[in-house]
Amino acid sequence: MNIFKLSIKNIFNKPLSSSISLALLVLGVGIISLLLQLNTLIKDQMDNNLRGIDMVVGAKGSPLQLILSSVYHIDSPTGNISLAEAETISNNRMVGSSIKILYGDNYKGFRIVGAEKKFIELYKGVIKEGKDWDNPYEVLVGSKVYEKLKINLGDELISSHGLRETGQSHDEGTFKVVGLLKPSNSVIDQLIITSPQSVWDIHETHDHDEHENENEHEHENEHEHEHEHEHEHEHDNREITAMLIKFKSPMNIIQFPRQINENTNLQAAVPSYEISRLFKLFGFGIETLSYLAYLIIIVSGFSLFINLFNSMRERKYEMALIRTLGASRFQLSTMIIFESLVLTISGFILGLLFSRFGVMFVSSLMEESINYNLNSLKILNEEYWLLGLSVLIGVVSSLIPAIQVYKMNISKILADA
Amino acid sequence: MLKTKEVEFNYDNQMFFKFQNIDLNSNENLLIIGESGVGKTTLMHLLAGLLKSNSGSIKLFDKELNQMSSYQLDSFRKNNIGIVFQRPHFVNSLTVKENLQLAQYIANKNDNTRIESILKNLNIFEKSNKKTNQLSQGEKQRVSIALAIVNSPKLILADEPTSSLDDNNCSKVIKLLKKQATDFGAQLIVITHDSRLKKHFKKSIEL
Repeated sequence: MNIFKLSIKNIFNKPLSSSISLALLVLGVGIISLLLQLNTLIKDQMDNNLRGIDMVVGAKGSPLQLILSSVYHIDSPTGNISLAEAETISNNRMVGSSIKILYGDNYKGFRIVGAEKKFIELYKGVIKEGKDWDNPYEVLVGSKVYEKLKINLGDELISSHGLRETGQSHDEGTFKVVGLLKPSNSVIDQLIITSPQSVWDIHETHDHDEHENENEHEHENEHEHEHEHEHEHEHDNREITAMLIKFKSPMNIIQFPRQINENTNLQAAVPSYEISRLFKLFGFGIETLSYLAYLIIIVSGFSLFINLFNSMRERKYEMALIRTLGASRFQLSTMIIFESLVLTISGFILGLLFSRFGVMFVSSLMEESINYNLNSLKILNEEYWLLGLSVLIGVVSSLIPAIQVYKMNISKILADA
Repeated sequence: MLKTKEVEFNYDNQMFFKFQNIDLNSNENLLIIGESGVGKTTLMHLLAGLLKSNSGSIKLFDKELNQMSSYQLDSFRKNNIGIVFQRPHFVNSLTVKENLQLAQYIANKNDNTRIESILKNLNIFEKSNKKTNQLSQGEKQRVSIALAIVNSPKLILADEPTSSLDDNNCSKVIKLLKKQATDFGAQLIVITHDSRLKKHFKKSIEL
């Protein structure tokens, strides 16, 4: 038996009032830690996919949509641009390197991207099995795609039109898996990548089909939105969806996008700017929520204080007894502070566990809907601050009860009995 | 062993007590008897070092209590004095055995065989793992005696141990206290208004 054990016994002796303070603290710490974790994980993930892309050129529309679709492969593309126009921009002396990408189809919900081989190098993609594509209709498959769909080398994938699973499948669009990519922790993990020529080829035949079946399609309203990105082939020009650009000098980031937006019918968007704008938008929500969580932590401190204060009154004979057994004032005060600290520190630990389960839950949700995976459960610096805060709450809320016990007049208490 | 001289005490200048001198030799038990309001509990708290007198001297085991600091008194008490209260108090979150272990811990001791032998001697060994609020009144009183003697004190102070008991139980409890004191080599001072106890003590003083 010692003072520490006694503190724990005392906590378990009043499970109800102890657990209310504990639950509040777990909630407060859990919410803040969850927000911190998600914020960091999403930011890391976003930054990771941003490397080497200074600017994105695509069709006019929302710049954020352009970034989300062609850098993160989440949103629908804004439309297509003509290959000739894109070439003019990539030949500009300010452009260091450019990668053309184009969309068209999906395989069971995973996007098939036509891209230059530089695209895979950009994300440091490494072939695990098989080889690079040499001919049209040969594809490389990202790690999450083959893991989830159990795709093997040499399999044939029949693609569906559009970016969603429900799109009409074209029998002509049969891709052959020639290579599997190692996990790279970037967007290419959830993509199926092929040469631009494959996408151009498949859509030429497809467009042909579409014209033949036009009347039939008009009745299928539910399919209409699947074709919204479909481009009109008024003349024979080939088209691409977007172009990822790296500048020769970082200085160009100020001037060049504006030139494009003002002087051409293309749109240029700067990913780092759009993403920080996005973070500012939901950063406000995060801030509000974390203030609420801090408030919950403070309330938990109050509830802890009230519990201790009441329990001191109930336990005053106990305290007097322990003193008459020879314990010093200091030992008794330490016991009270211990009781409080045991609760706040276990609250902190449970809060972290709560947030980790939260992260796993959210990440499983996100993986379902947008094929993103957030899996890193390291303890953040801010969480050490949270530990400090929990300890502080523990000490502060037990200070007054501890002082009361220290000043207690045992003779008077025993005489009143 | 105990020698008091002209001990005076007043609570906030309102109640004033002047106690007669006590002189007790080693191996003697003492009964201090007095009506309500003559300062019995005050005297007991003074002897236990829970209160400090305003003037006079209390010499216990050759130590002058009035010259000790609060910390020294705590330490003196845990090494020398066991107290049996009028109403038994325990740490409610602990079992009978754990209460005794806590008392030992406070006195820097750890001796489970002693705990067992005391509980057996008091006939409450089978209640070792019961919480104290599950005990009957008589069992509680015996546990409180166990608490007083667990650290082998040289002196047991008992405050009104029999006031709420019938004649039969009164005699049982006082015999038990005396037996425990003898068994574990301690002296016993009982402070009470209960005149039934007179016949059990050779030496008594009246306040």
